[in-house]
Amino acid sequence: MSTMPVSAAPVSPVSAPTPLVVSAAKAKLWLGGTMLFGLLAYYFVGVDQGAFSVFGGDMHLHEFVHDARHLLGFPCH
Amino acid sequence: MEKRIIARGLLAGALAGLLAFLFARVFAETFIDKAIAYESGRDAAQAALDKAAGLATDSDGPDIFSRTVQANLGIGVGMIGFGAAMGALFSVAYLLCLGRVGRVQPKPLALLVAGAGFAGFYGVPFLKYPANPPSIGHADTIRARGLLYLAMVACSLAFLFAAVWTGRRLAPRFGNWNATLLAALGYAAAIGVVMAVLPAVGELSANVRAFGHHATETPLPLTDAKGTIVYPGFPADVLFSFRLYSLAAQALLWGTLGLAFGPLAERVLRPVMRANTEESGAPGAVPAAV
Repeated sequence: MSTMPVSAAPVSPVSAPTPLVVSAAKAKLWLGGTMLFGLLAYYFVGVDQGAFSVFGGDMHLHEFVHDARHLLGFPCH
Repeated sequence: MEKRIIARGLLAGALAGLLAFLFARVFAETFIDKAIAYESGRDAAQAALDKAAGLATDSDGPDIFSRTVQANLGIGVGMIGFGAAMGALFSVAYLLCLGRVGRVQPKPLALLVAGAGFAGFYGVPFLKYPANPPSIGHADTIRARGLLYLAMVACSLAFLFAAVWTGRRLAPRFGNWNATLLAALGYAAAIGVVMAVLPAVGELSANVRAFGHHATETPLPLTDAKGTIVYPGFPADVLFSFRLYSLAAQALLWGTLGLAFGPLAERVLRPVMRANTEESGAPGAVPAAV
């Protein structure tokens, strides 16, 4: 077999690269903070003043986002 | 790089929420109004029955927000807030998946994560506890219903995570295709068990005491003392349309999130991937842009 110039394009599946890995340990502050924000926003849009309430008996938030809660699939009063 | 990806996730999420809000305002509010009209009519009929029977009628307190505020401003804030929340969680999931789920490129990965978010946060819980319009849902079961719904969401998300993790472990042995099918089968079996174990909303003890055994809390016809129907049950067509538009709004939200985020993320990731490749001295190791 003569050695042919190998083009770069076809790569064997074995050497498939992991395009990029973000270290969860290194980015934990940003990942954790973002997750916390997401969960809090989810909670206040969908859950608070329903099954749980951090504002006691107040219903302003619940009534304000009332239609969104129903449409997004959350149980609502 | 994480910060730029997260910012794009929030942006795409807020945009997705905005589109879902416009969709909801134009198409879904009609059915929310019909459901509220049903509720008001039913409450009036109930009050008339109670009065005829000599019972005390309890009146609702004044509305905190008018329907106009709820149907224009409130739903907008709610949908955009939900979109931003999902955009934030989406970007975290995306960053964790990057490079850990095989050779998926930035744009297809965005669609896959969005699909998982749609199924995990909404689609799968919907199968057990579907979205309900106003007037469906008894006030005294809200705590139980809220907890059951959150349990469904938590389980579907946790099992999705487990399925992806397991699928990756099985891939070297069974190949990508079969490993994916096995993981999907495992997910369906596990979530199926949870769905079978969790109670139907109508079977909550408070509902059984007050109404007998029913699958849901959807209002049945109102009857007077002699059993004559004086007010109909909740209109089936309104319920169907509401649920269809609920599903469509969520599909639109997650679809927009995935489609808008993909190209934004790729523009951030492509140069980093290229730099990494050159550093590691493996030319051609990163496939050309999709």
